[in-house]
Amino acid sequence: MATIPAEATEPAGTREGILRGMLVEFDTPGQLIAAANRVREAGYKRFDAHSPFPIHGIDEAVGIRMTILPWIVMAGGMFGLLNGLFLQWYTNAVDAESLSLIPTFLQGYNYLVSGKPYFSLPANIPVIFELTILLSAIAAVIGMLVLNNLPLFYNPVFNVARFRKVTDDKFFLVVDARDSKFDARATDELLSGLGGTAVEPILEYPSPSALPRPFLTLGVIVTLVALIPPALIWKAWVSKSSKPRIHIIQDMDNQAKFKDQRASVLFADGRSMRPPVPGTVARGDLQHDDHFFRGIVGEAWSTTFPLHKLPVDDALLDRGQQRFGVYCAPCHGLTGDGQGLVNQRAIELGGAWVPPANLHEAQYRERALGHLFNTISNGIRSMPQYGDAIPPADRWAIVAYVRALQRSQFATIDDVPAAERAQMPSAARPAEATEE
Amino acid sequence: MAVTVGEYDNTFETPGKRAPLVVGDHDFASVTEAVCNVNERPMREMPLIWYVLFGIAVALTGVLFGSIGYLFLTGVGVWGVKNPAGWGFAIINFVFWVGIGHAGTLISAILFLFRQTWRTAINRFAEAMTIFAVICALIFPGIHVGRVWVVYWMLPLPNQMAMWPQFRSPLLWDVFAVNTYFTVSLLFWYVGLIPDLATLRDRASGFRKWAYGLFALGWTGAARHWHRYERAYLILAALSTPLVLSVHSVVSFDFAVSQVPGWHTTIFPPYFVAGAIFSGFAMVLTLAIPTRALFNMKDIITLRHIENMNKIILLTGTLVGYAYAMEFFIAWYGQNPNEKFIFIARAFGPYAWAYWTMISCNVIFPQLFWFKAIRTNIAITFVISLLVNVGMWFERYVIVITSLSQDFLPSSWDYYWPTTLDWLTFIGSFGLFFTLFLLFIRFLPMIAIAEIKGVMPQARAGHDQADGGH
Ligand code: HEC
Repeated sequence: MATIPAEATEPAGTREGILRGMLVEFDTPGQLIAAANRVREAGYKRFDAHSPFPIHGIDEAVGIRMTILPWIVMAGGMFGLLNGLFLQWYTNAVDAESLSLIPTFLQGYNYLVSGKPYFSLPANIPVIFELTILLSAIAAVIGMLVLNNLPLFYNPVFNVARFRKVTDDKFFLVVDARDSKFDARATDELLSGLGGTAVEPILEYPSPSALPRPFLTLGVIVTLVALIPPALIWKAWVSKSSKPRIHIIQDMDNQAKFKDQRASVLFADGRSMRPPVPGTVARGDLQHDDHFFRGIVGEAWSTTFPLHKLPVDDALLDRGQQRFGVYCAPCHGLTGDGQGLVNQRAIELGGAWVPPANLHEAQYRERALGHLFNTISNGIRSMPQYGDAIPPADRWAIVAYVRALQRSQFATIDDVPAAERAQMPSAARPAEATEE
Repeated sequence: MAVTVGEYDNTFETPGKRAPLVVGDHDFASVTEAVCNVNERPMREMPLIWYVLFGIAVALTGVLFGSIGYLFLTGVGVWGVKNPAGWGFAIINFVFWVGIGHAGTLISAILFLFRQTWRTAINRFAEAMTIFAVICALIFPGIHVGRVWVVYWMLPLPNQMAMWPQFRSPLLWDVFAVNTYFTVSLLFWYVGLIPDLATLRDRASGFRKWAYGLFALGWTGAARHWHRYERAYLILAALSTPLVLSVHSVVSFDFAVSQVPGWHTTIFPPYFVAGAIFSGFAMVLTLAIPTRALFNMKDIITLRHIENMNKIILLTGTLVGYAYAMEFFIAWYGQNPNEKFIFIARAFGPYAWAYWTMISCNVIFPQLFWFKAIRTNIAITFVISLLVNVGMWFERYVIVITSLSQDFLPSSWDYYWPTTLDWLTFIGSFGLFFTLFLLFIRFLPMIAIAEIKGVMPQARAGHDQADGGH
């Protein structure tokens, strides 16, 4: 990179330079302003005043108009603001189902937090604010540099040795040779009459200093070294290996422990799972009561409740109702008519579907208690089993409740105790009405 | 070469006259010389104390990265955080360091907007301090997350899991606030440096010329460039001002938005911002006082500057004291038993020692600055600035630890003990901070040369009309 102003002015006469402009040096800012006014009044446009610090009043003297930078910053800020708004809305408040055309890695979704609204502006303001500021600031800096045509590492004015004082304590007026009024002699005369300490031409030499050799070598070496990692990755990408892939971040993926059904060198039988000691039964595993655990009495489904284990009372029915609501109602519905939410949804979606049985159909009302119990324990046809989720006592509670449900749909006036029949409104007693 | 006057008292106001911002008989060239000298002198001419401090700082930086490495390999269990105090040193240190940074932005942006020209002497290294403090601050939440290798999950990056950040969490606002703060501070600092880097470039030769030249971007001090440069600088100041106020407010939301007694209060944002500026100015003084003595900058960072900073410390210290009192008042006035309990526990419970350290360092000692004799006494100022640094660290300790270790469930209460590694990481962060700072002093102009020249009487154009050449 030809970044650096040449060390010093080339000795005059050794090489022919191209005239790029002319400069005049001053000691104070006041002189610079006065000189700039004179040059501007003389009709020059492409000239500038250089100083170690910004000078009050130089803008009018040089003829500088207000910069458009604030507008650029505003555009950057607006971009940040809208970006912040869109980003948060899109990633946290968009219905994912409508986005099937967009690739997964770009999909936002409805992000539910503590039941709050998906999009609530107050909570989104901090991020919007920060992004507005960030983008405005970046726009301000980049905008300033671009408008100033910086970075500009090679500039013929750096060929003038005395110009190096411009960042210390001297003030310069530089007239560009591209100005339509520029004329080597006339401009020289004008500048000399400004009362500066020195007037000097700005010369550019045919071959600006080339990139120094050490930098070139260094650059080549760095580039080559930087290519090694991508080359290795590329090689791994295209070749095959029988070794497992490198697992740098473990995230507790591999732990020193025995898993079910795996081999182990620790035990003589080579299994990691231990069989129970012969002749023993684990606590709670002894299930020899066929009636209670399997609903079987003798060789047939039992028709009675295992009263030796649990009484059939209000408490059992309450429990059964509650459990039925949890385990059965999703499919069979709260009344057992087979119209649970799962069924409704399945019908809505269409396709092959075996609906849950309507428990009030005659065939199911006639099933033995033990059969119902077994249906829950082991499932039946398309219905899955619930034996591993519901303990036996609760299964019996559900059976009792199912029976109660079935009764409820086919009740007659005879089921109501005589003492309470009088309280029933006649409209609710059609059967009775016909009897009378 | 100009005459330097050493410790010259320019703190008195003469009616009708401006107190000079630069004392001694300086002209533009001697200011350039005074500032660049530190960067240009041969290495062997750096004061011995610089080498000693640099050695210690680098060693401590090693301790920091060593502890972080150990943490990564082992897990956050090596820290003292456990139930119920799940936030410990990492969060305390984070808030502490972010707070320190605020003075830099306040000096460079807010005082700039208020046209407080005295800021020019201290803004450059206050800004540098901001950047180094924010670097230290950013380390802590980064290592606090446990599984650092997925720390990028905090950013909204498209990914195959279609997983996005939860934008309604204050912790995420923090990610945006602190990163924006760091970026904007860095830009602001760099833009301010460009003309001064050009000065160094024009005085140097060889590799240094190349390196400074690269970062000076070819600056020539053209009036057209200055015009846009000043606009950009003004805009950056105007942007940084709300930004700096927002950053510590957002940091305080991390606490205030939760339900924890002692955190869930509306006073937190302004109280945190005042505390941040308070601690930041203390840190500026801690750094400025030895630096000006060591590198002969007493003409530029004058007694008046020190006195002004002391006044700000007095103001913000009093604000912080008011906030402490107000928290107690609301705890009583609000009649929330949990809130009341936690504040009584702060002052008289197991952490009373931390609480009273905080009160004495932050509320009592700074009140001494009501006296001008103390405000202009360099030694006492230095001691108080150190005490404020300590006090502000303890403020965060009190906030984080007392509220967490005595939560709603008395059976889970436990005393928080930091581990050795906690201490090593914390002390190590000072190592990093001072390493960066000492390198900065050596290689970059610690005073904004161009700005200082702009506030010297010679810079006013009318000044030389009489002897000017026209
Ligand atoms: C996942 C949905 C689903 C759940 C949950 C479910 N069932 Fe079923 N059930 C079915 C389906 C489907 C059938 C019909 C099976 C067939 O005809 O293939 C059925 C059939 C039945 C039958 C009649 C079986 C027969 O032929 O005698 C009974 C009784 C029954 N369920 C009881 C229950 C009870 C009690 C529960 C709660 C423990 C329950 N179901 C939970 C889906 C379900």
